[in-house]
Amino acid sequence: MDKNYLDLIRKSKPTQFGILLVLFFSFYYLVPHNEGNYLWRLPSLLKGIPLAINNIIFSALYDWFPLKVWDPVFEMYEEKAAFREFTKSVSQSLLFLITFVRELLLGGDKIIDVFVSDAWLKENDWLTWPALPWTAGAVGAFILGYQLNGIRLGLLGGIGALYIAVFGNWVPSIQTLSFVLITTPICFVLGLSFGIWGYLDKKVETALQPVLNIMQTMPQFAYLVPIIALFGLGDHAGSIATIIIATPPMIRNTILGLKRISPEVVEAGLMSGCTKFQLLFKVLIPTARRDILNGVNTVIMQCLAMVVIASFVGAKGLGLNLKVALNSLKIGKAAEAGLCIVIIAVILDRYTKAWANKPIDYFKNLSLFERYRPLILFGVALIIFSIVAFIANGYFDKINYLYLIPLEKGLTIAHYIDAGVDWVWDTFFYTLNTFNKFLITQVLIPMKKAYLGMPVVATFTLAMGVGYIVGGLRTGLIVGGMLLFIALSEYWDRALITMYMATFAVLMASLNGIVVGSIFSQTERGSQFILSVCDFFETFPSFVYLIPVIFLFNITDTSVLIAAIIYGTVPATRYTVWGLKSVPLSLHEAGTMSGVSRMQRWTNIEIPIAFPTIMLGVNQTVVFSLQMVILGALIGTEDLGQIIFGALSRTKDGAGVALTLGVFVSLIAISVDIIVRNWAEDRKKALGLA
Amino acid sequence: MSPTISCSSVYKIFGDNAQKLLSENKGKVDAARFQEAGCIVGVNDASFDVNKGEMLVVMGLSGSGKSTLLRCISRLTDATAGKILVDGEDICLMNNKQLIELRREKMGMVFQNFALLPHKTVLENIAFPLQVKGVSTDNSIYKALEMVELVGLKGRENYFPRELSGGQQQRVGIARSLAVEPDIWFLDEPFSALDPLIRKEMQDEFLRLQSVLNKTIMFVTHDFDEALRLADRIAIMKDGIIEQLDKPDNIVLNPATDYVKRFTEDVPREKVLKISSIMDAVDTNASGDFAISQNAIIETVAEKILNSKDIIKVKDDNDNIVGSINPSKVIKVLFGG
Repeated sequence: MDKNYLDLIRKSKPTQFGILLVLFFSFYYLVPHNEGNYLWRLPSLLKGIPLAINNIIFSALYDWFPLKVWDPVFEMYEEKAAFREFTKSVSQSLLFLITFVRELLLGGDKIIDVFVSDAWLKENDWLTWPALPWTAGAVGAFILGYQLNGIRLGLLGGIGALYIAVFGNWVPSIQTLSFVLITTPICFVLGLSFGIWGYLDKKVETALQPVLNIMQTMPQFAYLVPIIALFGLGDHAGSIATIIIATPPMIRNTILGLKRISPEVVEAGLMSGCTKFQLLFKVLIPTARRDILNGVNTVIMQCLAMVVIASFVGAKGLGLNLKVALNSLKIGKAAEAGLCIVIIAVILDRYTKAWANKPIDYFKNLSLFERYRPLILFGVALIIFSIVAFIANGYFDKINYLYLIPLEKGLTIAHYIDAGVDWVWDTFFYTLNTFNKFLITQVLIPMKKAYLGMPVVATFTLAMGVGYIVGGLRTGLIVGGMLLFIALSEYWDRALITMYMATFAVLMASLNGIVVGSIFSQTERGSQFILSVCDFFETFPSFVYLIPVIFLFNITDTSVLIAAIIYGTVPATRYTVWGLKSVPLSLHEAGTMSGVSRMQRWTNIEIPIAFPTIMLGVNQTVVFSLQMVILGALIGTEDLGQIIFGALSRTKDGAGVALTLGVFVSLIAISVDIIVRNWAEDRKKALGLA
Repeated sequence: MSPTISCSSVYKIFGDNAQKLLSENKGKVDAARFQEAGCIVGVNDASFDVNKGEMLVVMGLSGSGKSTLLRCISRLTDATAGKILVDGEDICLMNNKQLIELRREKMGMVFQNFALLPHKTVLENIAFPLQVKGVSTDNSIYKALEMVELVGLKGRENYFPRELSGGQQQRVGIARSLAVEPDIWFLDEPFSALDPLIRKEMQDEFLRLQSVLNKTIMFVTHDFDEALRLADRIAIMKDGIIEQLDKPDNIVLNPATDYVKRFTEDVPREKVLKISSIMDAVDTNASGDFAISQNAIIETVAEKILNSKDIIKVKDDNDNIVGSINPSKVIKVLFGG
């Protein structure tokens, strides 16, 4: 070949991509589809991995490092595996904490049982802790909110609690709340500690990075089976699953926040004569407070997003109710439980933010009463409402509405929602069904077939080629290595289905996001508005998106895809707005003075400058869509998610299968992430924006 | 009396094998050669003293090593070689505990971008150095109130830094650095981030404070005019080397190097020079019924001298006649030639 041609290829990325496509399609059409052909499908050499993982887990649990433990019942020493004892004690302490908070608010005798003998407890019926009447709870929420940030926040909390109680969701909500109240601080402490450690030690940070990447992209389901194996079923298991999901963002936020502190502030701390300890706790952490609190906020949101998934391993509360309602297709009930989760999320979100921003007044000279006024007021309310509830006990026949309102007896608008759903269903059945059918037969099935008909060599050429062109040899090899891991397992076809669904969802979501974001960011007010809409949608736990789509499109790929598209549109929109807003004013002015039209401004100035940022949004969209596609297993799909979900009922190698496939999903996400991030950074540098 | 701060042959070289390179070259540091070896020279053989109550202004462009020098003396970075004595004690040899003690008792520092703690109010920021020292909340707040008054921020005690203008924020920074009543005051480009008008105002404020407090000061700036306005002595730095260290009028009159000369060329002399630097010997012909102080800046008395047209007597602080001044000399300073 002529030297000039080689030079041209080296310099022109479009040419490189062109050659790559030609290669891809020639492999696609030329490689014969037969099982023995390694160019078509690789052999499943790594078949044994899930079982091996399982065996490791079980040998760690039952055989590894036996300890002699005194058994008081049989009065003898017994051999018990150390790890098993460890997981047991973790489970028990967590369960104790959750139950403690739960019984403190809802009453019961389990905690008392810990301290007294069973027999004695049975003989003494009176020995049970009374529940907090919901009335007092609502007043408490009001007082706390008022104390934190005035009347408006108080009303938000009070009315939120009132709604929850009146609609009969008080008990499950408090169950969920107790779960969150215990899990959040644990995530906070873990995340903060690891974050600080990572900040102080560069090596630790480098080691944390890939672990966090995998943890954050693993589907939540993947953790469930291993957790059941290690910790059993119950609220504590849900809490542990949540801790695994919610701690990584806390770590990241902590590191990010600490790194953003200007060196001058650190120096100011040193020059003020801080010791290391003072520097950390009085200067660094408070200065990074905003990022750290964002982390806490994320943790709380993750906790609430996890309640449904946690219910699969035995967590009680709203999540369980929602799951049960979804299983029996009671949309109204599910929506009500979902709304309560959103309400709790919003209240906790605002309260923590207000608490964080509350200043101290040194000049207030308070009397004892004034200082403890909120507590005293709450005490008074508690006494009054307890008496009221006690009196009401005689007045009401069976159910004491002023004490705890059970779910079946609360107000409900579930019938109306169901009726609305039915109406939509009846009215638009034909349209929806036609659309659904069209989409499935004309778009989704052909697309799925195209993906499944892709020889493994073609897939690798495409993925590694893109990696190579965008990020060089190293990136290409990393991407190839990750995919190889999946291709050598027996789940390659499933992975292809996951990829097809994710691709479709990502394409649609990105398109939506870019269009919506571009339209709204034409004016300042519009972009503010759409950003707050994004905030609002992000407070919804992910499964909430599944509720409306299931009944509209039944249990089909369409439902899952639409949920994934809506869910993925949020980050795409947000980043589009950010990107467009980051276009410097001077460029706008230069454009205006060159006489561009609205459309020319968009295509020639805004989009090129904003595109790297938009691509980072698309990156997020990939993670979000993939999560939702996997979550779709809840309502039935046939991709990796289904098997991960199905692992719940596999006894022999469930934990191994779930973990392995979870890692597969995260490898797919990470491959995309590496390519997109590389590209966006190069592009930003080229545009001088970095 | 021994100087408050005394530096001898201080080096700061960034890079992994700085120590080795430095000992190989026996103190002869060539920036270009070091750069080839992967090191960057921050401070190159700095030796000088700062006396008690004196204000030394370190002037240089960005990258000249002036801030690095300041950080070596406050030991925010460790000098690569050299001796830095503060009140006779070598701070390079101090352990962490001694260093904390030193900063709590003797040093205060003001930063270019204020470096206020965003989560603390004005009052809490100022009280912070006292609180880390272990002073009770009541006492530290009481002291902070005093400082608030000193820097003229009364009424804004409970504001957060984000609610203040740049000038006000720097007043807080100044108050914080003075809260422990340090002997030594470091200021790292304290007014560079401010608007020109505010900067002027803050310089005046700073001079007023110094006239009351009389601290030993090291003041870093990239602004030559600021240096002239404030300094007792100026050290001009380039590429880590102190090019010249002298009184402001000497620097303007006798720049030691071409580099220094480039700064002094455009300086209006009448604003810097004192009468003493252009006066002649005592002249018996000197007429006129008034005498001019030898310490007066030329600009401030020029009109008076030019109006009289005669040779005028110059006196010292004790009203002794020490010289004479010819109006033609003033004209020369004002209009050149």
